Amino acid sequence: MIPYDKLPHTPIASVNSVVVKTGAWRTFKPVINYEKCIRCMICWKFCPDVSIRLEDGSSYPAQSERIKETIKEAPVIDYDHCKGCGICAEECPTKAIEMVPEEK
Amino acid sequence: MVRMLLTGNKTTAYSAMRSRVQVVSAYPITPQTTIVEHIAEFIADGLMKAEYIQVESEHSAMAAAIAASNTGARAFTATSAHGLLLMHEMLHWATGARLPVVMVNVNRALGPPWSVWADHLDSISQRDTGWMQYYVENNQEIFDTVIMAYKVSERPDIMLPSMISQDAFYLSHTVEPVDIVEQEVVDNYLPPYDPPYRLDVNNPAGFGSLVMPNHYYEFRYKIAEAMEKAKKYIKEAAEEWYEITGRDYRGLLDCYRCEDADVVLFGAGTMMSTAKEVVDWMRAEGKKVGVARIRVFRPFPGEDVRKVADGAAAIGVMDRAYGFGRGGAFFNEVNSALYNHRNRPPTKNYIIGLGGRDVKPRHIRAIFNDLLKVKDEGLDGEFRWFGLRRENMPEEEI
Amino acid sequence: MVKLTIPEIELMSPGHTGCQGCGATIAMRYALKALGEKTIVSIPACCWAVMPGVWPNNCMRVPLLYTAFETTGASISGIKAALRALGEEDVTVMGWAGDGGTADIGMQALSAAAERNEDVIYVMYDNEAYMNTGIQRSGATPLGAWTTTTPVGKTKFWERRPKKPMVDIVAAHKVPYAATLSIGYPEDFVKKMKKAKEISGFRFLHIYSPCPTGWKSPPQYTPKLAKLAVTSRAFPLYEVEEGIYRVTMKPKKTPLKEYLMLQGRFRHLTDEDMKELERDIERRWKELLLKEEMTAKLEELNE
Repeated sequence: MIPYDKLPHTPIASVNSVVVKTGAWRTFKPVINYEKCIRCMICWKFCPDVSIRLEDGSSYPAQSERIKETIKEAPVIDYDHCKGCGICAEECPTKAIEMVPEEK
Repeated sequence: MVRMLLTGNKTTAYSAMRSRVQVVSAYPITPQTTIVEHIAEFIADGLMKAEYIQVESEHSAMAAAIAASNTGARAFTATSAHGLLLMHEMLHWATGARLPVVMVNVNRALGPPWSVWADHLDSISQRDTGWMQYYVENNQEIFDTVIMAYKVSERPDIMLPSMISQDAFYLSHTVEPVDIVEQEVVDNYLPPYDPPYRLDVNNPAGFGSLVMPNHYYEFRYKIAEAMEKAKKYIKEAAEEWYEITGRDYRGLLDCYRCEDADVVLFGAGTMMSTAKEVVDWMRAEGKKVGVARIRVFRPFPGEDVRKVADGAAAIGVMDRAYGFGRGGAFFNEVNSALYNHRNRPPTKNYIIGLGGRDVKPRHIRAIFNDLLKVKDEGLDGEFRWFGLRRENMPEEEI
Repeated sequence: MVKLTIPEIELMSPGHTGCQGCGATIAMRYALKALGEKTIVSIPACCWAVMPGVWPNNCMRVPLLYTAFETTGASISGIKAALRALGEEDVTVMGWAGDGGTADIGMQALSAAAERNEDVIYVMYDNEAYMNTGIQRSGATPLGAWTTTTPVGKTKFWERRPKKPMVDIVAAHKVPYAATLSIGYPEDFVKKMKKAKEISGFRFLHIYSPCPTGWKSPPQYTPKLAKLAVTSRAFPLYEVEEGIYRVTMKPKKTPLKEYLMLQGRFRHLTDEDMKELERDIERRWKELLLKEEMTAKLEELNE
């Protein structure tokens, strides 16, 4: 709680929302089976919560070596923010993503 | 000195020009129309450099002014009566958004019944919006006040909008001599708008988001605090303007011969300049009367009202608007300032001049005589609808 | 190198409070990717006024002005005028309003801004009801839909009027560009948004934004619905540029029933009712094709 004399005149919002861990909303969470992943990035494309990042793919398997050679990035789920909506799982063309119940 | 013969509306247009406003949102309504027309002509002739948005309603006029102000531009608009009412939502918004929009309002009566003539209910209805509010008595004062208002509003520790009200037709359409001051002189007095916050792609932020109950209260307190602080700055701005022009607006209350007055009459607008004439006549007859014109209504000059009460034996308050409750707004606020004060002379409310009914010198004289009677014989009633057409109406009210 | 079909840049952060599977958040994400950093966004009362977060949190990485419900058209005009006055001409100004705040209460300010050909982009993200206040009917609610103010009840009280054709209405103001976009087709979306960015004058974009909460659809189907709406012709993708209609996607038609039955808000419709909807949609599609044919001739007038 901010005392009145430290407040700006009017609510000016400039704290990046990453501090809000919307991952706590989940009841199901997406798990990527990288063996099936063809790095199409369709999951990244459709995520409403910007919760799939493109990271260095070298430590992640892919559907084939060829894919790993040509595409250096892999999609990685940001579980701090992913709300478990299931869009990525639904849209994935190789059904590489499974929605599993969130453990307590 | 740049003296011209100008209507109140044309004076307003010149004040916008001199203030170097950068965005004007324009929507016509009688009797404000010529303000936006003159501004359009000035811009069209290259005399004024401002963006001019011909909006489709007064609500949008204020919305556009707010958005422009938040982007970092000096914004201006003008309206009257129903237009002012239509923008009511956005008046509150400008205050909450802490933006120094300045607006000139032409005081006109509200319908139905339709009326275009002078009445203060339009601006009185906005007294809760958090705008700083001025009432002027002549065209010169319109010009001077707009410029001073920008200076005060734009202070980083104030950042509150200002409204300057002028009487319909008595000022808006009446020609008076006005000194519109050289541009360089105004530039020296009023620097370019340098906002403490604005929409800036190099420094992105959100303006106006949702606030929980744990902070909303404090944000409102800050507005109240700024409004209170503004009293000092209004006087300072007037002091500086006095040094430059010799025109004295240093009182939040324009007290005319009230220092030693037995009875003092409060009120606002052009009828007070009439009242001042009557004061001179009656003083010459030995009657000690005075006038306290409410020049700045928000922030309310409570301390100055109390000072007047320290001297006067009876106080009259003229309201050119009736808010349907317990008398007029000015009456209620004067009373409120005096309730907990040690000196509480009797106060009487005179509702007068609604819908543009003329307030004549003999009406003021009758009111002063009535107040002198109150001083001698005590209060005979709190409210008098002066001039109400009725059976056996007193001669003096006609 | 990965070949992404839409720009990689993210100008929207995670941690916003949109519902799971919210179509409107996908829409904003794409819009900002297309427009870039030099963008100022004005948002009236709507879901998006709440989603960036409670103060002081903000998911937007471009300047954002929250405004009153009906003011978007006026607000963006004011921002643009101020930018011109300040000499900052190269900033894109975008109004981002819901269907209620555009087709209903915001109509006046929108029409005026369009008529003045203000140099701004106006986006109506359309979830087909007043969702922020709890799913009430708006002018954009489609025929047959359940909402809380058009409940089914015992008297078939559901929505009886088709969607307000906003692109056509704005196009009639003779603006340089008006188009429909769907989040189901991100590439088309970004392409149209980038195209709009480069055009001067008033640009109107009508974005189809499925709302799992209000449509009673499973959240994972949001992009699917956004595609089915287009392929069933419930929401055709087209643009109107200088008065010339161009249908930007002519997909093979999919059955309307498939689209409707994924949404709880249409669950009450019988096959008979669906036929009525199908008729209305077919009619509109044919009208659209006719308009495309007819306005192609305007090309000569535009020279």
